[in-house]
Amino acid sequence: MTDTTTAKIERPRSQWRDVWDQFRHHKGAMVALMLLGLIACFVFIGPLIWQIDPNFIESDAVKMIRMRNQGPSWAHPLGTDQLGRDILSRIMFGGKISLAVATVAMLVAIFIGTTVGVLAGYFRRVDGLLMRLTDMFLALPLLPLLLVMMFLFRDAAASVLGPSLGTFLLIVLAIGVTSWMHAARIVRGEVLALKEREFVLAARSIGTPSLRIILRHILPNVLSPVLVAATLGIASAIITESVLSFLGLGFPPDFPTWGRLLFDGVDAMRTYPDRVVWPGVAISLTVLCVNYIGDGLRDALDPRVRGR
Amino acid sequence: MLTFTLRRLLLAIPTLLLISAVIFFMVDFAPGSPMADIPLTVPPEVRAKMMAAMGADQPVHIRYVLWLKQFFWNEPLYGIDALFGTDFAQGAQRIISWQSKVPVFQLIGERLPQTLTVVGTAYALGILIALPIGIWSAYRQYSWFDLAGTFFSTMGFSVPTFFTGNLLILIFAVKLGWFPTIYDTNLSITDWDSFYKMVMQMALPVTVLALFNAAEISRYTRASVLENLGQDYVRTARAKGMPERTVLLKHVLRNSLIPVVTIIALGLPTVFGGAIVTEQIFKINGIGAALIGAIHVSDLPVIQTITFIFAVLIVLFNLIADILYGILDPRIRYD
Repeated sequence: MTDTTTAKIERPRSQWRDVWDQFRHHKGAMVALMLLGLIACFVFIGPLIWQIDPNFIESDAVKMIRMRNQGPSWAHPLGTDQLGRDILSRIMFGGKISLAVATVAMLVAIFIGTTVGVLAGYFRRVDGLLMRLTDMFLALPLLPLLLVMMFLFRDAAASVLGPSLGTFLLIVLAIGVTSWMHAARIVRGEVLALKEREFVLAARSIGTPSLRIILRHILPNVLSPVLVAATLGIASAIITESVLSFLGLGFPPDFPTWGRLLFDGVDAMRTYPDRVVWPGVAISLTVLCVNYIGDGLRDALDPRVRGR
Repeated sequence: MLTFTLRRLLLAIPTLLLISAVIFFMVDFAPGSPMADIPLTVPPEVRAKMMAAMGADQPVHIRYVLWLKQFFWNEPLYGIDALFGTDFAQGAQRIISWQSKVPVFQLIGERLPQTLTVVGTAYALGILIALPIGIWSAYRQYSWFDLAGTFFSTMGFSVPTFFTGNLLILIFAVKLGWFPTIYDTNLSITDWDSFYKMVMQMALPVTVLALFNAAEISRYTRASVLENLGQDYVRTARAKGMPERTVLLKHVLRNSLIPVVTIIALGLPTVFGGAIVTEQIFKINGIGAALIGAIHVSDLPVIQTITFIFAVLIVLFNLIADILYGILDPRIRYD
């Protein structure tokens, strides 16, 4: 006779459910997540509602001159710039580019970092070589090198792929290639520890090839540190991209990012301070949110903190 | 310790050689080189002369070795000559800027003081702000002070310097008119009046950089003090009746400053890189501005040399950090 009252067993909880429960307790991270959601809505859904072309310049010269440097109005809530372009739609467009650049650059960096880290941690023969390579990259002066790279290859990339796509790919690759080192170090450390665990030994003892062990058993277990590194990587990629744009070595002016908008606004800062403030606030807020989310994720993914 | 230092010094040589090769070849093989920009109307023999005048007619590996010799042998000789009035260099070839036809190191020597005053003051000020904040934040963990301190440090490295800089200019220079917006490089301190001027014009750039540095250092200080506060020796010290002051400032602080000192040493070269942006905002005529200017006119020798100097600084301060760690922490013995 089974007891029917205890038959209702609680369903096993998945790991991600636990992580989410812990994450929710981090107030700053939750607020940041909501704010980031709002920013993403503004940037990605906003242009569907606010349908002014960010690069639209009145072709009639008289009209264009009248459209220039307008203050806030219902037609242009943030005013227009020195060529009569709507600033609100430019900020939306710029945000889209900034976020896209940061995300893709982070993916490139994480891909390189994870590959190098796993290879160095798993195969002892290449460990020394790959880690020396990582050390060398860490010793490179990254910002000057990025500036030089942008300057030297921008025209070549633009002539092959067109000015916007060429610059996009160049920036993404340049940022990715110069920011994978921390991910590689973290992943290598994790892999070195994981490699000695019983489940890897068990997998190897039934003849699993190395590639399969890595894909099936190692990679899922390094996911959490990689996730944290990726989040923080987005934040630094946004900053790096906007620094490049701010120094005039980023995107062309008709393809604005937040950094480029700020750079364009600096010249007229005395008369129109809001042209510097809006893009600046957008960059700062986004980076702040991403950093807080990274903090929250780190706490939530750390099993020593979780469940307290 | 000595063997470790020597070994690290020897290891730094191949690293530096590799980095110099990366920098040199990347800059040299790039499609944007000025050699490609000589107009087609220039006759071939004049073109060849122009290339020879810039030293660009040699194969690239020969130019690389020449450049290395100039960087590591000729320039230090000139440095010694300038210091002691000797004549070791005897007119050996120096690294010449293509734009101004002046030796690159002379150019750097002119620019370096501006960068050093601003960056140095900012870094020192940043450390002075960061340490008390970090220590007190950790001591009173989760208090309102800690929350504010943590928020301040997260803000500090989330808000980019080119925004804080422009914001400060907007508020304090344009609206309130307290400080000048542009840094006057020609100002020399002769009396109290010019000293006051100097302080005023340094105020904004130094604040921007100091806040940025303080954010990072205070974060590390807080983490390090927190870790030490939970150690057994703190409980022992309290148990034998030490006043809190002694426990915190003598026992905990000394131990928790060890990693902070290395972070400070490691961060110094990146500060030079970060100062590029600040120099651009406040129009400081420093080494970062020299780099940006050289990039815009594709002055390859200046670009290569300044970038490589940054790399040398990074390698050097990595070495210093490692050695400091060994000296400060008796638990760490490298050999």
